Parts: sequence; structure tokens; C-alpha cells
Amino acid sequence: MSTVRIPPVLRENTGGNRTVDVSGATVSEALEDLFATHPQLRARVTEDGQLSSFINVYVNDRDVRYRDGLATEVGPDDTIILLPAMAGGARSGR
Amino acid sequence: MTDQPSPAFREVDAADAVRLADEGFHVIDVREQSEWDGGHVAGATLLPLADVVGRISEVVPDRDAPILLHCEVGGRSARAAASLVRLGYTNVVSMKAPVTQWKDRGGRWEEPVQLLTSGQQRRYARQVLIPEIGQEGQRKLLDAKVLLIGAGGLGSPTALYLAASGVGTIGLVDDDVVEESNLQRQVLHGVDRLGMRKVDSAELTIRGLNPGTTVVKHTERMAADNVERLIEPYDVIVDGTDNFDTRYVLNDAAVRLRKPVVHGSIYRWDGQVTTFVPFAGPCYRCMYPTQPPAELAPACSVAGVLGVLPGIVGLMQANEVFKLLLGVGETLAGRLLMFDAMGTTFDEVRIWRDPACPACGEGVSAESPPRPTVPGA
Repeated sequence: MSTVRIPPVLRENTGGNRTVDVSGATVSEALEDLFATHPQLRARVTEDGQLSSFINVYVNDRDVRYRDGLATEVGPDDTIILLPAMAGGARSGR
Repeated sequence: MTDQPSPAFREVDAADAVRLADEGFHVIDVREQSEWDGGHVAGATLLPLADVVGRISEVVPDRDAPILLHCEVGGRSARAAASLVRLGYTNVVSMKAPVTQWKDRGGRWEEPVQLLTSGQQRRYARQVLIPEIGQEGQRKLLDAKVLLIGAGGLGSPTALYLAASGVGTIGLVDDDVVEESNLQRQVLHGVDRLGMRKVDSAELTIRGLNPGTTVVKHTERMAADNVERLIEPYDVIVDGTDNFDTRYVLNDAAVRLRKPVVHGSIYRWDGQVTTFVPFAGPCYRCMYPTQPPAELAPACSVAGVLGVLPGIVGLMQANEVFKLLLGVGETLAGRLLMFDAMGTTFDEVRIWRDPACPACGEGVSAESPPRPTVPGA
């Protein structure tokens, strides 16, 4: 099992859980396993079967955009990090 | 006093001493460090009287080399000269005259380099002690100009610590007023400031903390039509805004003008920090090429935020600023640091320069002159 780390803005889709354990040998398989248990996440993380362009996906500390994308291999001790941009800060900077 | 005859060394007046120095005598100043710091003979070596016997051989190994000793008036240098003769030095001269006469007789003199006033030395004593800072580093901080985008949650701790540490000029971009719901985290402000402009409140607080810091107030929102004017005068930009439009506008202008941006963002229990140094590392567009939809990016006013979180993240931003200004250490350029307050964990991921980045990718050269702003572009 590898671990998917759920960003704060998506935790409402995981019952508040910060991590979800998944199986799969690639990012794609791991995410399919994630979506099987948390179906709402599919639309938040992917667009037309591809990763959404506003969510970065890392395996450990490496951005899969610079590896093999959804085909990037995932090992049992790896952590997959889903990372959308966060805005938060001073309201007055609008 | 001993019964030994006074060992043989010569005593000379200031005019002769200046002449001997010009002829190539090693000039040894046997005063204390504090006296030396007040100005000293150019090219002299400081060797306080207590150290002369122990260290002279490192400075002048050749016992037949000509040595000119001096102190403040000629007493300590005569004692040092006698000691050197006893050690076997054969050509020792002591200046028997006030050192002020050395200057009057045209001797070469180095005035002290005053990087800090005595008041600054007292105020910043604890950080001047740090080898990577010292008086030179403190001078850099005093001469530095840092722009904070937002005088709210993230800007508050950053401004407080930058000002306390002596950053000379702090610019604040904020057009908002202090509201009661701000006070849970925006520690620049207080209940007596409700309804006051945040830049005015921030100025009052900073002035109370450090009157030496100049506060420049920009009571406006950062946008495409003012961003370059706002950031141009500053050395480092600290980004603490809450919306993506501003972040992209700031990023593109900062890349054009080659300004480093220290990025912080917060959401409930989570914070992110990184540093963008144009062309040396990735920029904001390299990391997030596309703006997320609004529901994935709620502001603090909608989502809520833990009070200490902007404190922690804002101070990590301040730490990045110090390293950028001092030119020391490793910044977060190329790394995104993530703090999870719920688990008290730090994680980091690597971020890369994107060759296809429209702001700093291939086709945009670091060497090319900064591009002018195209309004509406």
C-alpha cells in the first residue's frame, strides 16, 4: 500500500482524513483505487482522464509532470502528494 | 624593576617614526583592540602588549628585521621594545610620542570604518554577534528595502520581525481597514485601531518597535497597472495575498524586474512557503501553471484560519528575507515547504523551472533586458 496525502481543500471528500492508503503500481492505478473509495475526488483531481492542470501530483518529493505523469511508478512505501495551489493570506491583497 | 641594564632599543619622535615606516619597518601597534578600532596606522599589525612576546615570531619571524613599535603615547611600546630585544630582536625602535602626532607628521592613517552608529551597535548587538551577520550584515539590513503585499495575517509577523531586526525600509501594500475579526491573527493591529487603515496601524506599531525603520505606505491594491511601480524600488517582495490574480500579476512583474518573491499561503491548519528567485529557480507559474477554480481556493474569510498559522508561516517568510538580504544560507528556491499544524509536520517537495513557462521559460532570457509591461497583457 502506498499513501495518498489529501490536501486540506479536498478533505471534505475524504471525511476529513488527511491520508488515504491505496494500492496500485502506478500513479494512475493508485488514483483509481482512491477514486473507488472516494468517488467525488475524481472530478476534483482529473479532467478528461488527465491530471488537472491546477493540481500538482508528487511521488515523494518529485513532481510527476517531470517523470512519467500518470504512468509514474509507485512503490509500497511511497507517498503520493496531491497539491492544489493555496491562496490564503491577507484579504486586503485582493 | 630589575637590576639588568635597559636593553638596547632606540626611541624616536613621530617624524622619525613616519620616516622609518616609509623605509619599510614593520609597524606593530601594541595598544588594545578598542583603541585600534578607533583608527590606526595604515599597514600596521595589532599586537597588544600582553601578546607581543607570545606572538611576535608569527608576525616577524626574522630577528634582524626592522620593527617600529607604537602605542598611545610611548610607554607600552617602550616596554614591548625591551621585551623584543630580550627575545633577540636586533633592530627595534619605539615611537616616544602621542600617536596623534603620527598623523600630524603625515603618517599614513586608517580612519575607522563606521558601519553602525553606537546606538545601532547597542540595539542590534545580539545579531551582530552572529558570524554570518556581523556589522556588515547589519548594515545590509539597515540599507534594505522590503515590500510586503498585505499588512494582515502573514504581513504582521513578517513586518514585526523585519522591523525589530533593523530592516531599514518596509513598504506595505494594503487598502483595507482593521476589523475585529482580523485581531485573532493580525498582530500588528489592536482594538484601538478598529476602522483605521491597516497601513496606518502598521506604521504606528512598527514605529513603536523601531523608530529607525522607515515605513512606506501604499494604500492601494496591487494590480497589473501598478505592480511594477510598486515593486521596482524594493530588494525583496513578500507575498501574503489571498487570491490568484494578484499572485500571477506579482509573479510576472517580479520575473520581468528580477525581484525575488517570498511566497506564503495558509489554509486552516496548513501552510506553504517557498522563495522564487527569477531565473535562478522556478517561478510561481512554473509551480502552478493554471489558476484553480474558486471552490478549490477559498480565502481565509471563507475557509477560516488558525491564528498561529500565519504567525509561523509569516516568520518563515521573514527568515527567507533575511537570507536573501544577507546573501547567506540556503533559501527555499526550488523547494516548497509545507507545514501541517494539526500533525506538527514539515514536508517539502521539489519544484522545477518549467522550460515551457510563459514567464521565465525558454525564449525568455535572463540576460535580455526586462520586458516592458504591456497593459492588459
